[in-house]
Amino acid sequence: MKKHLAYLLTAGALLFGLGLSASCMADDASAKASTTASAPAASAPVAAPVAATPAAVVAVAPAAAPAAPAAAAPAVPVPNKGDTAWMLIATALVILMTIPGLALFYGGLVRSKNMLSILMQVFMIFALIIVLWCIYGYSFAFTEGNRFFGGTDRLFLNGIWDPVKATFATASTFSRGVVIPEFVYVVFQATFAAITCGLIVGSFAERAKFSAVMAFIVLWFTFSYLPVAHMVWFWTGADGIKDAASGAVEAAKGGWLAQMGALDFAGGTVVHINAAVAGILGAFVVGKRVGYGKESMAPHSLTMTMIGASLLWVGWFGFNAGSALEAADTAALAFVNTLLATAAATLSWVAGEWLIKGKPSMLGGASGAVAGLVAITPACGFVGPMGALVIGLLAGVVCLWGVNGLKRLLGADDSLDVFGVHGVGGVLGALLTGVFASPSLGGQGVYDYVKNQIDPDYKIIDHLIIQASAVGITILWSGVVAFVAYKLVDLVIGMRVAEDSEREGLDISSHGESAYHA
Amino acid sequence: MKLISAIVKPFKLEEVREALSQIGVMGVTVTEVKGFGRQKGHTELYRGAEYVVDFLPKTKIEVAVDDAIVESVIDTILATARTGKIGDGKIFVYDLQQVVRIRTGETGNDAF
Repeated sequence: MKKHLAYLLTAGALLFGLGLSASCMADDASAKASTTASAPAASAPVAAPVAATPAAVVAVAPAAAPAAPAAAAPAVPVPNKGDTAWMLIATALVILMTIPGLALFYGGLVRSKNMLSILMQVFMIFALIIVLWCIYGYSFAFTEGNRFFGGTDRLFLNGIWDPVKATFATASTFSRGVVIPEFVYVVFQATFAAITCGLIVGSFAERAKFSAVMAFIVLWFTFSYLPVAHMVWFWTGADGIKDAASGAVEAAKGGWLAQMGALDFAGGTVVHINAAVAGILGAFVVGKRVGYGKESMAPHSLTMTMIGASLLWVGWFGFNAGSALEAADTAALAFVNTLLATAAATLSWVAGEWLIKGKPSMLGGASGAVAGLVAITPACGFVGPMGALVIGLLAGVVCLWGVNGLKRLLGADDSLDVFGVHGVGGVLGALLTGVFASPSLGGQGVYDYVKNQIDPDYKIIDHLIIQASAVGITILWSGVVAFVAYKLVDLVIGMRVAEDSEREGLDISSHGESAYHA
Repeated sequence: MKLISAIVKPFKLEEVREALSQIGVMGVTVTEVKGFGRQKGHTELYRGAEYVVDFLPKTKIEVAVDDAIVESVIDTILATARTGKIGDGKIFVYDLQQVVRIRTGETGNDAF
């Protein structure tokens, strides 16, 4: 009976997925037909309509002559070298967060016999997602399609670089007339997709089959990460908005949650809630580790965990401040908020633990830092520093509850507390973003691109409701996709290794090597 | 001949070794071991998970000696390895049938 149900669910999800992609392709085809007349970059959503260096274009490419007059008419924004340099560094910082940061943070928390399996899963997921991102991920997440999926314009990163005209497309930022090379936006967002998928493996660590993990990640990335990123983050940019009418037209092209007005600066919903929900469901579907609750499963190296957490903290400045997309005021705001909230959460987690359990621990310090980083992520470009301080202080104690009280309540063996830290911290951060973004509480408010000013009429309760809806939709979406994907992979490959392989340790049984030699 | 096997606190090893050298003991064998006695273990806390660690690390020192100095070896270990707190360890004394030095084939007291 259970099996039949699983078959039905997977079949349903596949049909659903196919239907969505078919409809988005249809939408895309019509959109393409209407825009093919202009330069190749024109149909890209976040891309400015024309090439960056028009002078060179005309000189080298006489074939493009008919399009040239149209391109030359308005002042074309050109990327600023400082912005480009900062965003390239920010991208490399996010890579640092994932490998080695996340890999070591997680690796130190497992038993020594499973160290390499964790390092491998994070490392290989990173590589896999980067490849998938450049093949289809970027296009489905960040080009114009419907409210759930992007289109096919940028499949294989097509159209960003025009070798004939020697031009590069640009991507818009949050400031009018400020652009960055679209390739920079592609790689920056690629690293977000990669770390999000890497986060999930902490939930079923020490028992999942390597091939099954990779298969699951492909499905989940395609049907949950990409649509959620599109729903929350896709918009056509500020430059198309000239008045109320064009503002409404452009807004209607954005993702579903973006249209609702959900605020997610660097990935509370898209990254942390999305991954944490997939994680906790994985812990349920895969089942508890052999000996869970009876044998010691103490972390084998909190030294590694501390190094990993510190690399996460450093790299997170690329993640959060980089999400401003330019080297300017908002990036600086995001930077100070990320620093302050994380420090506050580290203090409050350790203080809470000291009071309740009697001793302040290194693992508590590392976990508190990550909880603070998670919680400030959606808020970092919207709230003021004192808002960040409150968010951080709350994140430390609430996530401490997440890995204790809530964990016992849920009853799943979420090995490395992905849900307790990223899920709880993500939800807390997403909700508090709606509160502390309010100018009355020192926040930045919401910028109105039609009136070119900060919306003076910020209502906390309205934004809290929007934030809660975005959280709920992300939980549901990721939950359904993850559950179906786990069941499907479990039927075809099997999510779990055999019991004797698990006892021997995944390093030897799955990868044929040992992390440490006596 | 006797084989004296002493289980001591790891940080006492150096003191014991020095004192034994001074009374003429020519060699010892040391092993890192784990065990429990009256000291019991301790609990470790990792986020929500609490583990009781039953076995504590100790150091085992083995010395083969002539009957004549057995008492002074035991006294030396007692004097140097003792902290007075629970968990100081134990000394076991066994009869030793034979000792052979591998390099020369010498046996008995000549082999120490």
